[in-house]
Amino acid sequence: MSAIILFLAVLAVIAGWWLSQQRLMAKPWLEEGAVGDFPGGDAMTWPAAKVGLGVFLAVASALFVLFISAYSMRMSVVDWRPLPVPRLLWVNTGVLVVSSVALQWSYVAARRQDTESVMIGLLAGGASAVIFLAGQLLAWQRLGAAGYFVASNPANAFFYLLTAVHGLHLTGGLVALGRTSAKVWRGAEIAEMRLSVELCAIYWHFMLLVWLVLLGLLTGWTDDFVDICRRLLS
Amino acid sequence: MVDIPYEGIEGIPPAEVPDVELYHPRSWWTRYVFSQDAKVIAVQYSLTATAIGLVALVLSWLMRLQLGFPGTFSFIDANQYLQFITMHGMIMVIYLLTALFLGGFGNYLIPLMVGARDMVFPYVNMLSYWVYLLAVLVLASTFFVPGGPTGAGWTLYPPQAILSGTPGQDWGIVLMMSSLILFIIGFTMGGLNYVVTVLQARTRGMTLMRLPLTVWGIFTATVMALLAFPALFVASVMLLLDRLLGTSFFMPSLVEMGQLSKYGGGSPLLFQHLFWFFGHPEVYIVALPAFGIVSDLISTHARKNIFGYRMMVWAIVAIGALSFIVWAHHMYVSGMFPQFGYFFATTTLIIAIPTAIKVYNWVLTLWRGDIHLRVPMLFALGFIITFVNGGLTGLFLGNVVVDVPLSDTMFVVAHFHMVMGVAPIMVVLGAIYHWYPKVTGRMLNDTLGKFHFWVTFLGAYLIFFPMHYLGLLGVPRRYFELGDTSFIPSSAYSLNAFISVVALTVGFSQIVFLFNLAWSLFKGEASGGNPWRATTLEWQTPETPPGHGNWGKELPVVYRWAYDYSVPGAAEDFIPQNQPPRATQLVQGAAS
Repeated sequence: MSAIILFLAVLAVIAGWWLSQQRLMAKPWLEEGAVGDFPGGDAMTWPAAKVGLGVFLAVASALFVLFISAYSMRMSVVDWRPLPVPRLLWVNTGVLVVSSVALQWSYVAARRQDTESVMIGLLAGGASAVIFLAGQLLAWQRLGAAGYFVASNPANAFFYLLTAVHGLHLTGGLVALGRTSAKVWRGAEIAEMRLSVELCAIYWHFMLLVWLVLLGLLTGWTDDFVDICRRLLS
Repeated sequence: MVDIPYEGIEGIPPAEVPDVELYHPRSWWTRYVFSQDAKVIAVQYSLTATAIGLVALVLSWLMRLQLGFPGTFSFIDANQYLQFITMHGMIMVIYLLTALFLGGFGNYLIPLMVGARDMVFPYVNMLSYWVYLLAVLVLASTFFVPGGPTGAGWTLYPPQAILSGTPGQDWGIVLMMSSLILFIIGFTMGGLNYVVTVLQARTRGMTLMRLPLTVWGIFTATVMALLAFPALFVASVMLLLDRLLGTSFFMPSLVEMGQLSKYGGGSPLLFQHLFWFFGHPEVYIVALPAFGIVSDLISTHARKNIFGYRMMVWAIVAIGALSFIVWAHHMYVSGMFPQFGYFFATTTLIIAIPTAIKVYNWVLTLWRGDIHLRVPMLFALGFIITFVNGGLTGLFLGNVVVDVPLSDTMFVVAHFHMVMGVAPIMVVLGAIYHWYPKVTGRMLNDTLGKFHFWVTFLGAYLIFFPMHYLGLLGVPRRYFELGDTSFIPSSAYSLNAFISVVALTVGFSQIVFLFNLAWSLFKGEASGGNPWRATTLEWQTPETPPGHGNWGKELPVVYRWAYDYSVPGAAEDFIPQNQPPRATQLVQGAAS
């Protein structure tokens, strides 16, 4: 459970920093008066959707970190046999990077009010994300064909589980991306769509980051780190 | 009070109201059924939670019938008894209390108390309710599937939860997991709304330190729930895969019905860690909204500002943070590394400090207050007493050496029912009596309310106090019947019968409350906008019940904190949060 504790500690630092900006030391019973009289009390200036996405990313991170915690605890049992990670995953990773870059490009284009580039970026990002998901399914199929079934070893089970959860989150993102693309396609004002495009890009970068961490875990790169974390608690 | 001149305040314009994309219902369906208005969603949440909660209440009667009069009721067998325990616990903790406090009170009070028109993502908010309803329906459907609901206990510990021999192994456990997963998805949608609304949609002047403690409690509890429920999600998904696909996340190799099972190597302890990593914060997810609400009830009905507001806020935040590092005190007897126990015992005792601060501050708020013993106040007082009682036995159980012998006895049942069952329910009932006038525009009947309070309060003590004694005698919990047990005296059996009679009586007396809710809706005395003469924004709405969009053309502007009761020199014993200082001074001038 040390991974999730570390993660929560990081969140606590962020929350503590934010709270420290909120004048928690104020004595509200003495501070009768209007808005401008006391600094630092207003609602955040970010758009609500962006804050909402931020909170959601924190929740999704907690979910993945908890899976990682479970992974690190379960892998210390003797029956753990790491499975050979299919080469295809490297290709998939490349595709996901392309997807993320395309959406970033789309966002930059949105800031320049370049509708055509926005559309191209969104389509390229969406298409490569779909290719990534198809690639993941193909990797599953190859593993299954090679005899690595979900129930035959906990390492296999975690591989299928983690890739599936990541894939589902990306699929959810595709719904939002699809809606955004449809609106741009139908000719919505780019200025209005800028936020949506930005949020999609942020989400894609997050999913890329999660995937890189999971990949490190599944390929065994991070075993040493996981081992250190595990020793912290025993 | 020092008079501070507030020149120039008159020039402050009210919050500009941009043409918000408020959703406007077009038909009866979108107004009352598929509504995106937080107030309607709140009522939907509350009614659904109450309905499934009544089912859990009936289950508790069935358990009490068996415990009080073993062998008398042939329609209850051992398997069913386990199913009743499981469903009663799960429904009460998650589907009733969590949903009611956050989905019900959160949805109704947050937008009104922070001066917003609605939640920030109304559509997602609506989805949240419908996914929750689906979760409840899936859960309720387990009563009708072959094999019935799961009897694994509300903690659903593997390996027994998914092995044959545990009731509901076929369908019950699978549907239970699915329902939990749905609940968590639905809750996350709602939780995002509650958090972002508090962060983003506060009206002008509503700084964090001017928020009523109710909002602080619900806000912090929601943040905790958003981070804790994923642990239950992970545990549920993995247990579901163990059950359906034969993976071995949690399942060790074992012999099932004389045959070596397909499982091997899994760690049941891992499940317990995940479950309690959710399970302990869950206690405070229920408790923090209760803390917040009770602070407001006490302050309003004692006509006094809350004692130590800052300390109350800090304590809420501190409890929220600490509650994530105490989970393994539920696992002292699980076989985990024993020295962990002492770490978790220490953190458990530390969390008693901010909790005790809150109790002292409630009592000090009452001290020399102008206490009106109206029904909400009675329930608030009942809460304080009950919470102190339950909290003190928590200190016992938080210590490893005391917990080990008591862990599997009725003492634990008594403890968590006091602290997590009766205490929050006291707040729920008090809050309903308090805010019913705002929701419906009518008062609940006072006589019926007082009757309801005394029966519930005294009854709860008659039920749960003797259980401590039974636990100290060594009467085990979760047992269908005690059989021939030499160390349990016959008086324990009489006591059990007594508890059962009281439990049935108290349970049935809730009909008075339900009747009161229904009757007052049509015949209750009209309440007006602010019957309790309270300061917080929800009582200052132009219409009661608040109309769509909550406020008229302009959002309220906040000039003061939420607890200006009995301010010296003020004309009235309360000053609403949206009353400008100048107006107060004029009144003061006129009075002097």
